[in-house]
This record gives sequence, structure tokens and C-alpha cells, in this order.
Amino acid sequence: MEEKEKKDIFESVWKFLASVKLAIFVLITLAVSSIVGTIVEQKAEPAQNIALLAKFFGDSAAPTVYNIFAKLGFMDMYGSWWFTAFLVVFSINLIVCSIDRFPKTWRLIQTPQKPLSDTAIKSMPVKKELTLKTGVNVARDEFLNILKASRYRVFEASEPDSVRLYTQKGKYARLAVYVVHLSIILIFIGAIIGIRFGFKGYLNLPEGRTSTIAYESPTKQIPLDFAVKCNWYDTQYYEGIDTPREFQSELVIIENGKEVLKKVIEVNDPLTYKGITFYQASYGMMPEAAGYFVLDVTPNGGQEKRLWLKNGDSFEIPGTGITGRIYDFSPALTRNPMTGKLTTYSDSMVNPGLAIEFDQPGRDKFIGWILKRYPDTGLIPGGHSVKFVDYWGVEYTGLQVAKDPGVWLIYIASVIMTVGLYVCFFVSNKKIWINIIDDNKSVNVIIGGSTNRNRLNFEQEIDRILSHATQAIEGRSNK
Amino acid sequence: MSSSIFFDISAGAYIVAMITYVIYLVVKNNTTGIIATTLTIFGFVSQSTALIIRWINSYHFWLSGNPTSGVIESLLRSAPLRNLYESLVFFIWSLILIHLFIEFKYKNRSLGAFVTPIAALALLFIDISGTSKEIQPLIPALQSNWLLFHVLLSFLGYAAFGVSFGAASAYLVMVTESKTEKTYIFWSIITSIFLIVLIGMGIDFLSLSTAERAELIQNHFLKTTLRSPSGGVAAISWVVSIAFMFVIWQVGHGLKKVLTGLNLTPIMLDEIAYKSIAVGFPLFTIGGLIMGAIWANSAWGKYWTWDPKETWSLITWFVYALYLHARFVAGWKGKRVAILAVVGFVAVIFTYLGVNLVLSGLHAYGSG
Repeated sequence: MEEKEKKDIFESVWKFLASVKLAIFVLITLAVSSIVGTIVEQKAEPAQNIALLAKFFGDSAAPTVYNIFAKLGFMDMYGSWWFTAFLVVFSINLIVCSIDRFPKTWRLIQTPQKPLSDTAIKSMPVKKELTLKTGVNVARDEFLNILKASRYRVFEASEPDSVRLYTQKGKYARLAVYVVHLSIILIFIGAIIGIRFGFKGYLNLPEGRTSTIAYESPTKQIPLDFAVKCNWYDTQYYEGIDTPREFQSELVIIENGKEVLKKVIEVNDPLTYKGITFYQASYGMMPEAAGYFVLDVTPNGGQEKRLWLKNGDSFEIPGTGITGRIYDFSPALTRNPMTGKLTTYSDSMVNPGLAIEFDQPGRDKFIGWILKRYPDTGLIPGGHSVKFVDYWGVEYTGLQVAKDPGVWLIYIASVIMTVGLYVCFFVSNKKIWINIIDDNKSVNVIIGGSTNRNRLNFEQEIDRILSHATQAIEGRSNK
Repeated sequence: MSSSIFFDISAGAYIVAMITYVIYLVVKNNTTGIIATTLTIFGFVSQSTALIIRWINSYHFWLSGNPTSGVIESLLRSAPLRNLYESLVFFIWSLILIHLFIEFKYKNRSLGAFVTPIAALALLFIDISGTSKEIQPLIPALQSNWLLFHVLLSFLGYAAFGVSFGAASAYLVMVTESKTEKTYIFWSIITSIFLIVLIGMGIDFLSLSTAERAELIQNHFLKTTLRSPSGGVAAISWVVSIAFMFVIWQVGHGLKKVLTGLNLTPIMLDEIAYKSIAVGFPLFTIGGLIMGAIWANSAWGKYWTWDPKETWSLITWFVYALYLHARFVAGWKGKRVAILAVVGFVAVIFTYLGVNLVLSGLHAYGSG
């Protein structure tokens, strides 16, 4: 008695977990609660959301409403216990309903197709009837040819004066929906693996510096088992405008004191070493850092020479007697259109300019601005050139550092889902029955069929089979 | 050669086609229907030409900024799917493509009267939102091979959802027995909101200077009317809007007689709505969600961050998943699923435009 009760409870719980009602409820709940999460800014400063709430609830009530919302987890909703719980219910529903329905589908696939009586075919969703002036065997051969040409595997049952052909295609397409469900579960598993065994961190690495750690938060460090060095960071711009063309950093992986990998990374082209990937995420200037001015100096017709100079340093253009002194620097030089004076319009290195005081024997000293983005500005009288390559050591590259051992599962699941969805919507299980009955120098053909998708296409296919067979048979009798 | 002349021709053709389709609904004259279809095809050819010219121009533009880039890479980077304007244009193109396909397959023109207005509204939106039509240099985040495929498939999906919206709307009108039915009231409210927002933006557009128009959506969205700083203007706008809703509710029912007079049946509309979703759902899942996630992972190391855009595309996905399950497993029929198809497209619009325009605006407003 008790056993039976237990079984009943189990069964009703199972039915509930497998029910489409639960699926509909969970889908609606997830959709609606997700909307809330896109309106209330997630993981934001309290003041921001209090200001937002004040618009709906008034200034005085807003802090109280905020506290209630915060307690309910709305401020970090997608990580809250109840949202996670809904995702768990969603997965359980998906798994249980798949397990619950699968055996039925499997039996449907495994049950062999049987020949049907004329009346049974006439009650099919799609059916046609016609009379052809030919014998049973000729009609049978032509229908077989046509069906085989459309890659149907045809079975037949013969009786003295009639033939029954029956065939089906795409029966395994009925499994596609389970494949799609499986892929969603695999994505969840992949995500869990990523959260459990991976990390998402960041690292702001100044030019020339090396690090053996990344950060998950300002207080939480992640040790790397190798060192990563930033050789340089650079923003390239489209010519003549301040739209960035590329953010680039040259990274070097150092292991046991040896350089093992070097790569220039950019957005959409990261560097991966030992499962840890470094993405170009941001950049910035280090306050009060003193860097080197990197210049390529070429005397007219002579060899190019690279110089590393500090603010105030002097240099000579080899073999010319011309000397230069670093005089001034601007990270973003422009000419004020109103006053005509040179000014700096940004703190970041949008248009770096270097003022050099040149001293040429027998001439007055003069100051020239050389712009990094416009190499022509470095041509000086006498055909010599001073190219401003970089102000090195003052910028840092902002790296996203991530390890995700679950991402491969996500990719595999994506492929599975793509295939599953395609089959699910575009491949149908089509069944066709054709009875050919002898009727005194002609035959009656009764054709019928069913499909689980794309009925319209299927009807056209049946029409095509009939017209092809008719033509072929008429062609024969005309010979 | 500039592509804009061909765009203008296609825009004109679509708008005239829309009017012709509506006339066709009323007069039921076959010649009128043929003219409407011809105009649509003409517009489509012209728009395709414009897209190709724009692609070629973008290709040269990209090469001028990136002289070392190879042919394939340059073609991928210069596909005309790179900003709001180009994506809207492509949405219209996809919508018309799917519409023409259905028209030929079902041999029925009536749906044109419901699909071409969506294209016309999108055209109107392009002009009054002040979105830039210039070919712009591609920022680093968009320099990926995923750009073309992700945007292409997403927008084909969006367009298929647009068609299902048109069919489901027509369905809801057709099966309405009386004006007090909840589903009919729902339909008239949704349709009114679409129109009110567009008319409101049109009024914004007319009241702004050319310079301000470029920031219409960011800074001036409905500020002339519903969100006017003057309480009186805002109040009047709301009253007018509600009155407008009432008018749509009154007039919309008249459509039913028109539709019934044509050989359009609720069964056919229901099937078109479903078929469009059956095409749109896989495209959107693969192109929008999966490719988007893979791209995000290769660019930022995170395939899912619950940012509003991702979340809204997931919400859209939930709604259409709901549609499919409600229809096939729970056995929902008729109006209930038609409403889901309408709700799904509202989610699409929000995913596409609302997130960029309203949500960020809401936050900017809230913090400032």
C-alpha cells in the first residue's frame, strides 16, 4: 500500500516536471524577470539605481524600494539564487520532458511501416486517386523508379491482382527536437565547467612591465604559471580623423626566464597560452610616468638610427652637425581654429606631438612640432628626417584575461544545436502508401501519405510523383 | 557612383507599392495587384543594386584605410551591415525578399498590404531617426569575420519575424468577432503604439535643427510631445495618443470585411505566421545568439555577459520558443499563438532598437 502511494507521488511529481505547462511557466518567468534585469542596471552603484527608482516611486520612497529590490537580488539578478533556481528548473524540465517523451518517439521510429488497405489510405491527410491504362506490373515499376529516384526505400506487398507499395523517409528527423534539447543542456554544462574551473580576470600592464598574476577583483589575484610582458601598446587611427583603426599590444610570454611566445594582439585577435587567453580590452595613460621618446633619425641619404631619449635630452643627426633637444610634448596636439594657437585637446594619446628645438650651425635655433601620426612633419630643412615613433613607457594595455575550459563544450553544443534546429524545422518524416489495383486492362492507383512538417511541400511532392508516373506510363504505351 | 539614388528609387517604389497593395485590398482588381507586385520587384532590384554599389564603395573605402588588407578580408569588412542605417536597409531588403517569396509560393498578394507597411515604417524610421548614412570607418571591435554572418543571419531572422508579425496581425483582425474582444484590443494597442512612436518621432524631427536631428534618439526622443518638459504639452500629447488608439480600435475592425472579401483565409495566415517563425527561429538562434556568443568570446573572452542586448535577444528567443512549444506541444491554437507572434516581434524591435535607444537613454537620464 505504502509502496503504491510512493509510486503515485513520484509519478505526479514526474508528470509535473515533464509538463509543457511548467515549460511555458518557466519560459514566461525567465523572459519577464530578464526584462527587469535590463532596466535596473546590474552591479551598478546604488545611487544610480536609486535615481532610476525615484522616477517611478518618488524621491522619498526610492531608497526603501531600492533596499527591498536589493534584498530580492534585483541588483545582481542573473547571479541571484532565485534566478539560478529558475535556470535549474528550466534544465530539469528540459531533461525530464525529453526522457518522458523519448520512448514514445523511439517506438514510433522503430515500428515498421505496414501496407494499408484502400480505405485506410483514403483517410490519410494527403490522398489522390487515378486510373491509368496499363498493367499492374508496369505501373508498379514506374512508381518504384520514381520513388527510388527521390531516394525512398520502397517496400512492397503483392497479391494476385494488386500491389501495395509503402515507404518513408526522414524518420530519424523526429529525434531532432531531442538533439536541440540536449545541446541546451550541454551549453549549461559548459557554462558550469567554465564557472567552476575557469576564471575571468583582467590585467593592466604598463609598457615594458612583466606580470605573473592577473586580477579577478582589486583584492583577488590569480597566479599565472608563467609571466606575461607588454613590449608596447599602440592605438592606430584612420588617416585624418580620430576614429581608432586598431588597438594593439605586443605581448611576450616568458617561462623559466625564456621567451616562449610573442604576438601582437588586437581586438578580435587574442593570444592564448596554456589555456589562458589575453584579450585586448582597453588602454590608458599612467599618471606621472616619465617615458622615453623614441625617434628614428635619418640624415639626407644616410642610415636611419633609432634613439631613446628622455625629456630635455639632446641628440645629433649623425654627420650633419644639427642637434636637437626635446623641448615639449603634447599627447593630443591641435591648432585652435579661433586663435590659431597650438593646444592639447585630450589627456590620452590621440595625436601625440613632440616639440624639438633644433640648432644648426650658422642658423637661428628653431622649434618644430613633429606629429607621430603625420610622419611628414618630421622633414626638416636639408632633407633630413626625424620620425617620432612612440612615447614609450607611459601607456598601459588593459587586458582581459580568461580561462574557460568549458568553452569547447559550448562550441560543440552550438554545432549540435545548429544541426538539430535545421533538421527539426526543415527535414520531415514523410510516409507514402501506393496501392495499385488491377481493373480490367487498366489500374486504379490510390496514393496517400502523411508528414509531420511542411504539408504544402509534401502535397506538391505527391502531385509530382503522380504526374511523373503518368507521363512515364503514357510514354511507354505510345512506343 | 553613389548608391543613394538607387536607395531613393527603391524607397519610393516600396511606398507606392504599399499604397497600391492597400488599394488592391479595397478594389480587389487583379491589375492593381500586378502593379503592386511589379513595383515591389522593381524596388527590390533597385535596392539590391544600391546594396552592391554601397558594398563596392565601402570596399574601396576600407582599402584606403587598410592598404595591406586582402580581397576576402576587405570584402568581409566592407559588407554593408556595419551600422544602424545599413542594418535597417538590409532589414527592409530581407523583409521584401521573404514577402516576394511568400507571394509567389502562396499565389496571394493580400499579405503585401501588411508587410510593405513594415518596410515603409522602417524607411520612415531611417529618415526621422537622423541616423548617419555615411560610409564610416570600421572600429576595431567590428573588425571580425563574424560581422557579416552574424548580422546577415540575424537580420534575415528579424525579417522573417517581421513577416510573421504581419501575418499574425492580419489573422487577429480576421478572426475578431467584436471590437470588445481582448485579442482585438491588444492588437489595436500594439499597432497604435508603433504608429504613435513613429508620429512622435516625426514631430521631433520637424521641430529640431539639422544638427540636433543626428541626436534625435539619444537626446530628443519624443521630447516634443509625450516626454515634453512642459507638463501641458505632455498631457495633451497623451490625451491625443489615447484618442488615436481609440480611432485605430474603431477603424481596424473595418479591415476585417476587406480581408474576408479577398481570398485570404485565417488558416493561410496562421500557416504563414508559423512558417516564417520556423524559418526565423533557427536563423536567429544560430546567427544571432550562437554566432554572437562565439564572436563575443573571441573578442572579449566572454560568450555571455547578460548585457541588455544579449538579454533581450534571449527574451526574444524565449518568446518564440514559447510560441513553438505552445503550438506543437501544448496544442494552443488561433488567437493565443497569434498574440505570441505579435509579442515576439515587439521583443525583436526592442532587442534591435529599444536596447540601444531607450535603455541606454534611460540610464543616461537616470544618472544625469
